[in-house]
Amino acid sequence: MGLREKLESGGFALTAEMAPPKGVNTSRFRECARGVKGRVDAVNVTDFQSAVVRISSLGAAIMLLEEGIEPVMQLTGRDRNRIAIQGELLAAGALGIKNILALTGDHPVFGDNRQAKPVFELDSVNILQIATLLMEGKDLAGNPLDGAPDFYLGASVTPLFNPLELQVLKMEKKIAAGAKFFQTQAVYDIEVLRRFREKTAHLDAKVLVGVIPLKSPGMANYMNKNVPGIFVPEGVIERLRNSENKVQEGLRIAAEFIMQAKEEKLCDGVHIMAIGAEENVPILLDMCGF
Amino acid sequence: MIIMQGKPFEKILEMIKDVDKVFITGCSLCATSCMAGGEQQIMEMKERLEKEGKEVTGFVVLEASCNRLQVRSALKKKKEELGKAQAVLCMACGDGAQTVAGVLEDIPVYPANDTLFIGEVERIGHFSEMCRACGECELGWTAGICPVTRCAKGLLNGPCGGSRDGKCEVDRENECAWVLIYERLKKMGRLENIKEIKAPKDYSRAYNPRKIVVGCRKEG
Ligand code: SF4
Ligand code: SF4
Repeated sequence: MGLREKLESGGFALTAEMAPPKGVNTSRFRECARGVKGRVDAVNVTDFQSAVVRISSLGAAIMLLEEGIEPVMQLTGRDRNRIAIQGELLAAGALGIKNILALTGDHPVFGDNRQAKPVFELDSVNILQIATLLMEGKDLAGNPLDGAPDFYLGASVTPLFNPLELQVLKMEKKIAAGAKFFQTQAVYDIEVLRRFREKTAHLDAKVLVGVIPLKSPGMANYMNKNVPGIFVPEGVIERLRNSENKVQEGLRIAAEFIMQAKEEKLCDGVHIMAIGAEENVPILLDMCGF
Repeated sequence: MIIMQGKPFEKILEMIKDVDKVFITGCSLCATSCMAGGEQQIMEMKERLEKEGKEVTGFVVLEASCNRLQVRSALKKKKEELGKAQAVLCMACGDGAQTVAGVLEDIPVYPANDTLFIGEVERIGHFSEMCRACGECELGWTAGICPVTRCAKGLLNGPCGGSRDGKCEVDRENECAWVLIYERLKKMGRLENIKEIKAPKDYSRAYNPRKIVVGCRKEG
């Protein structure tokens, strides 16, 4: 069963995120992918995440297909204009990549090639719009395609956003443009998720809540300070501080959060972002009993 | 207004290292407001160049360095000083420098300033970028706040995930334009303005170089 079927049949979906390799040595990437094969419904491959040069998301998605894993190909507007975005989507469609996650993209200022010219011709809503048009058999300019792709479109959302009304407004636009599922920024406070669920109850889309297992109190403090949309409550940081094996404790915290979100029906699945510690994903899945 | 800033003096010296005699032009408009090409800055430049052993054969504060006819007639009056110069140092914007270069033709013209953006004078010496001359103004539905320029990503459909506490992820000193737009529209009771999906902009309107003739608007 693929991601779409899982979500549409009302199942609890699991996705994990992986950054494509920086360089042509793909062994670790493939190894980590194999580690979650059969245990998650799909694996996201990021699109030059944080504006860092690596293998493209299309390339990494093809490697996942080769490994027999269903990819979620992330696609941002940072580096490509409408011609390149449409070409990338058509290539994905032709190669059998179904799931597309449209994002605006991090600004090049955060990356490792900071002199780059930012493109941002299309935002996430426009990318969804264009993918929907391609599925209808035409390009953005209205020209006919010889064979239309079939996508399951997704987007991101930040449950902890001030003002939340503005975030929900954009989420509504993404749904109108074709998004069927959302993967959220990482959430640590179940209250944030409850509030978000309440404010988005009227929306017809599946939500996979983002989970980043913590590795140390330092990591939590760093994210609280620097990563927009992420807030780790003091109680969680305290637990990490008092534990002997912090990585293990971080995974336990994540597992408890996932189980609670699932039990309270606050989401339709989870999206695990291990950022560099992909080998821990199977351990987390074990803890959750998935 | 066109906002500009003087190049570092060493860079200017490097550009004109083979030049002994130089004529300086400034501009009474933007360059003067930016304190980068008014009479005072020209006098300071003259003094610094002379200290470096250069001869300044003359100078002029052009009324508008970007106006070809005005530049031509003003420079005609400076024929003698210009005749002695091996090069012109232009303390206007890039547009002004090109106009001067186009009028003089056979004397090399060097830019003393880096031209930065179209912006607002918040107060003396404080400028901020306001317009990227996109070719089709969006301000009518955005409560008078330009998303193309003041959002670091030029987004038209709302904020990115990097907005935090009303600040922009790209530079925490800057307000997130989308939070500003939202707040002002909400105050006006016009939030519906941002509910409609905006198609990507028509960049063919901004293919450069653009030219217009007043009264002959190209529709599209
Ligand atoms: S939308 Fe912005 S960039 Fe375009 S013309 Fe208006 S102010 Fe300038
Ligand atoms: S934080 Fe706001 S201003 Fe900055 S890029 Fe994102 S939407 Fe634009």
